[in-house]
Amino acid sequence: MTKVTESPHEALALTSDDLLGMHRTMLLARLIDEAELRQNRMGRAPFVVPVSGHEGCQVGTAWAMRAGRDIWLPYYRDLAVVLLAGMTPTEIFYGLFSKALDPSSGGRQMPNHWGSRRLGIVSHSSPIATQIPHAAGLAYAAAYRGEDAVAACWFGEGATSEGDWHEGMNFAAIHRVPAIFVCENNEYAISVPQSKQMAVRDVASRAEGYGMPGVVVDGGDVLACYAAMREAHDRARAGDGPTLIECKTYRFLPHTSDDDDKTYRSKAEVEEHRHHDPIDRFTAYLIDHGMIDHEGVKVVHADLKRDVETAIDEAWDAPDPAPETATRHVFEEDAR
Amino acid sequence: MTEKNLVGAIRDTLHEEMAADERIVLLGEDVGVRGGVFKVSEGFLDDFGERRVIDTPLAESGLIGVAIGMAMHGLVPVAEIEFADFIHPAFDQIVSEAARMRYRTAGDWTCPLTIRTPCGGGIHGALYHSQSIEAFYAHVPGLKVVMPSTPADAAGLLRSAIHDPDPVLFLEHKKCYRLVKGEVPDGSERIPLGLADVKRPGRDLTVVTYGYEVHRCMEAAGRLADDDGVEVEIVDVRSLAPLDTETILASVRRTSRAMVVYEDNRTYGAGAEIAATIAEEAMFDLDAPIVRIGGPDIPAMPYAAALEHYFTEPEPDHLYRAMRDLARF
Repeated sequence: MTKVTESPHEALALTSDDLLGMHRTMLLARLIDEAELRQNRMGRAPFVVPVSGHEGCQVGTAWAMRAGRDIWLPYYRDLAVVLLAGMTPTEIFYGLFSKALDPSSGGRQMPNHWGSRRLGIVSHSSPIATQIPHAAGLAYAAAYRGEDAVAACWFGEGATSEGDWHEGMNFAAIHRVPAIFVCENNEYAISVPQSKQMAVRDVASRAEGYGMPGVVVDGGDVLACYAAMREAHDRARAGDGPTLIECKTYRFLPHTSDDDDKTYRSKAEVEEHRHHDPIDRFTAYLIDHGMIDHEGVKVVHADLKRDVETAIDEAWDAPDPAPETATRHVFEEDAR
Repeated sequence: MTEKNLVGAIRDTLHEEMAADERIVLLGEDVGVRGGVFKVSEGFLDDFGERRVIDTPLAESGLIGVAIGMAMHGLVPVAEIEFADFIHPAFDQIVSEAARMRYRTAGDWTCPLTIRTPCGGGIHGALYHSQSIEAFYAHVPGLKVVMPSTPADAAGLLRSAIHDPDPVLFLEHKKCYRLVKGEVPDGSERIPLGLADVKRPGRDLTVVTYGYEVHRCMEAAGRLADDDGVEVEIVDVRSLAPLDTETILASVRRTSRAMVVYEDNRTYGAGAEIAATIAEEAMFDLDAPIVRIGGPDIPAMPYAAALEHYFTEPEPDHLYRAMRDLARF
């Protein structure tokens, strides 16, 4: 019997293991998010950056990357991206609780300021879009050294207003470096709506100004995000230069635990977006395609929840950085 | 030894280092086909090709940001900012990114980057081609700030800067470029960053200075020795961060008189830190109050010759007279 139509994941040659792995990562990110906010309310974590709503575009794009081989430049909301780069939930919570074992900074930076040389996650700061030129330089260096690595850089649409964004995109395009720029457009730069950030509908339309392809995808459609990213990844490795991918997404929670989003958007608006939760959409897809059933979802959920609780306990009990270490690592220590 | 001017010493050193190490890449505005506005990289494009000699768009923040990315992935970038006056858009990349990379990752990621830029005035460069920027950056832990005054120092310090495991801001005083000549060792000797150099030994008073002011102080000191027999010791700090307080304090303790000279605006300038260090550490060795001579606190060096001259010499022969007065105190 010949199939009349291929389902989207078949067209992308994704296996059921792929799909279940993607689903699991999305769920894990959501559960970590919820747990972090509970830790915040318990007074154990002064600062939380939520991810909820972004899991679809993060997992979709990051799934096309090769952990241990490619270069990852996430921004602070990219919990699911760094999970796929190889950071463990326990390591995430080391960061949340600013423990000495926090792989990103040893408790020096705020949580979610990811970094790990071992995993190829490039450290970033709080000023927005500063990592865009870094991505261009890293990709240039990778190509110069004859490596096969691709540098992918994630950011919100707010970042696209920064000069560094323009300067980095422009350099990357001129030199056709193996880079991918992923915009997680959630419609708000903290409180400022997109209409006050730019006069265009799509960030991706700016790609034309740099001479690189610009793609718009539904950020809630994991497989569409994966497809766009995989194409960009192929293009980068073929020496055809960078791509700008804009994922239309939405953040369900405030910008951070210190933000009150009721001051700038209505509850109805948030509720409307929650009806299109990328996790629910993907769960339905998996069930429709017989990859998992309702009972199976419950089991995964329970497993992950247990993992998260274990990670929290492990991280909470880990030692804090020793006070006197505050003066270390200003310069190379042997040289001092 | 070969006699060179300062810009020639920088050019030759950079060329030798690039020839010896393929990881070194040069990037900046006009560094390629034009060979740099001061011709530091003249001929480099032919010798090393456009993958290693990169003409960047006119975007200082982006160019430093790109260089940071390169430094984090195995290259050894030397970024040129065409004039120090144009570095300000890159302040965030230099201070928030390059200087903090090692610290913010507890030593996991590093940023071995050299940023070269011509600074200083007295060459009819007006407000935006004359600035002193060292104080902004010497204030920042994680960043090294160097300014050679002689061709030999330029060569030795540049080699160290390029191979330093941390970011270095390498400042080149434009007035030294062609005016200052001297013998440069033919080998690839490095001068460690953070070592001051006594450019003129003397017993009567210590002048601590750097950049082109070294030469102005040398000239005044020479005359003062001839006129009054006063022997001025001139300490060229060469590196503002780290600062060689040991050499400075040893000299001051010997002469018991200290003067600090710098071209930058006087208030909060690098000389203020040097004067404060002497006051804290050597107060009871001093026979006279510390004298601090910096540029006037006006926004920048103006263009008209008379106005520009006022910036470095508000009163006729003020360095000579200040040295004489301090020696007589």
